[in-house]
Amino acid sequence: MERIMLIILGMAVVTYLPRFLPMYVLTRLEIPQIVIDWLRYIPVAVLAALIVPGILTADRQIHLTLNNAYLLASIPAFLVAWRSKNMMFTVTIGMAVVLILQHL
Amino acid sequence: MSTQQLTAGAKKAIPIVLGYLPLGFAYGALASLAGISLPFIVMMSVVVFAGSAQFISVSMLAAGAGAASIVATVFLVNLRHLLMSASISTYLQKFPRKSLPLLSFWLTDESYAVGCCELNEGEKSHLYMLGLFGTAYAGWVSGSALGGIFGGFFTSTNAVLTMEYALYAMFIFLLVIQLTEKKLLMAALVSGALSLLFYLYIPGTWYIMLATMTTATLGVMVEKWKG
Repeated sequence: MERIMLIILGMAVVTYLPRFLPMYVLTRLEIPQIVIDWLRYIPVAVLAALIVPGILTADRQIHLTLNNAYLLASIPAFLVAWRSKNMMFTVTIGMAVVLILQHL
Repeated sequence: MSTQQLTAGAKKAIPIVLGYLPLGFAYGALASLAGISLPFIVMMSVVVFAGSAQFISVSMLAAGAGAASIVATVFLVNLRHLLMSASISTYLQKFPRKSLPLLSFWLTDESYAVGCCELNEGEKSHLYMLGLFGTAYAGWVSGSALGGIFGGFFTSTNAVLTMEYALYAMFIFLLVIQLTEKKLLMAALVSGALSLLFYLYIPGTWYIMLATMTTATLGVMVEKWKG
């Protein structure tokens, strides 16, 4: 169980630093523009990198069939997120579609 | 006076809490199914407090990933907070400096989104913001504790698949609300395609970092090249 403790503490450090440092330091230190430009892409890039393999594959293989509930649920999830801008609606609709598809 | 400020901020956190309770529950339940014991499930929520990062670490742990690759991926996933922390700091110039370590610890995508709206509407005290952020935190920790305790009842594959989808729905939501510029939409498409390619051909869980960093570097290069 020491390993999980170590992982949690490591996660705590790498989660806290990006939250704390800019807020605390920014007034004294200027971040180079090229770094800011690079950072600008990170949020969308990392989310896309998490979503696409997650909903398009199963067992490390492309899974493009009507049996893929995650893929099918992601279509309404995208639309609801885009139209409503509401996280709770998006999550609820997405989970409901996955649940329904599994019982068809 | 000070209690009033805290309560007023806390009320604004209700929509966040409504989202965090089920999501935290899903995290707690999945973590318990992955074999993590309740004290560690709760401890992670208490000291890390980052939904996406916690979900990812659980699925990576379940897949047998190494500690270094988990921490590195979590770091990358959390880099987006650099920008949020930098952007919200412009509103917090007058706040007591001793409130910043706690406020920044409580900074999440959702608290950032709600917090910035509030600060845009007019000046808010640090107590108001602490009430807002702290309530969201309490919601997340409670949800994950409940999930860790009661999640064991949901052992069917269908229930697990449904709960796990909460993560992707949240990612989709966070991505969609950030697609405010054409270049960011392009970056999302490139990163999605690259990550799929890396995922299919490179073993392990480094595909997230590789795709993200390649995309950001390409984005900066294209910007420079276009002038």
